[in-house]
Amino acid sequence: MKARVFVTLKNGVLDPQGKAIGHALNGLGFGSVGEVRAGKVIDLELAETDEAKARENVKAMCEKLLANTVIEKYEIELKA
Amino acid sequence: MKSAVIVFPASNCDRDAQNALKQLTGKDPHMVWHGETDLPDVDLVVLPGGFSYGDYLRCGAMASQSNIVRAVKAHAERGGAVLGICNGFQVLTEMHLLPGALMRNADLKFVCRPVTMTVEETQSAFSRKYQSGQTVSFPVAHGDGNYFADDETLKRLEGENRVVFRYVEGDNPNGSANDIAGILNEKRNVLGLMPHPERVVDPLLGGTDGVAMFQGLIESLG
Repeated sequence: MKARVFVTLKNGVLDPQGKAIGHALNGLGFGSVGEVRAGKVIDLELAETDEAKARENVKAMCEKLLANTVIEKYEIELKA
Repeated sequence: MKSAVIVFPASNCDRDAQNALKQLTGKDPHMVWHGETDLPDVDLVVLPGGFSYGDYLRCGAMASQSNIVRAVKAHAERGGAVLGICNGFQVLTEMHLLPGALMRNADLKFVCRPVTMTVEETQSAFSRKYQSGQTVSFPVAHGDGNYFADDETLKRLEGENRVVFRYVEGDNPNGSANDIAGILNEKRNVLGLMPHPERVVDPLLGGTDGVAMFQGLIESLG
């Protein structure tokens, strides 16, 4: 089973990187771009085949290492 | 005072901390590699500046999972003193020994210059040799020093007088909340700060404002 984890800054946490990307896009003429938030994608290959167990496992990984829940939130996508 | 400096892969201020401790305590600190599982018998553990594990994932995140960190946590829980400087501060927040997180500098630039701070709190081994309200200058050298914590945590830190160093108005180099440069844990035996006291312990290095921190530790810890 494969897992894809999206780690992004929580709403309300200032994202200077996203802001800079937004400015650059505006500068390139993409004037319609409003707020930009940048994040990370982490792909994991898992030996686990049970979806519920895999989700629980990846959630524990997020809480323990992959995300810093003081400032970040995460979403998990699973694929067989 | 017996001390140890933890050395992670890509620590780069471990030697600075070693020199400062040797000069001020007269004793060589133990240099402890991150893969070790036990700490020698010491009073103070220093988590030095640098870019441990190449800042992979998040600054301090990988270091916070290394073998030696369990021993550092146990040392802190027994009431042992821990000083985290720069990357060491980031490691302390990732270890949850200190609240909050250090985010990317607000202007996205790596900043390397002396900063002026006020000593806000002298009730700790780290700050007892300073005068309350005294201004001191330490250098900073970081890209991720923007202290963030939720409003409740900030209120608590302020209410419990756990902000030891605050950038003076107009000299906040990173956008840090409440101009916070350094904070204590609840038991006041763990200090994390972004600026580098170990780099200002000799006039030859351009200043001596860091000396009082080590003197306070020596006085408290013997």
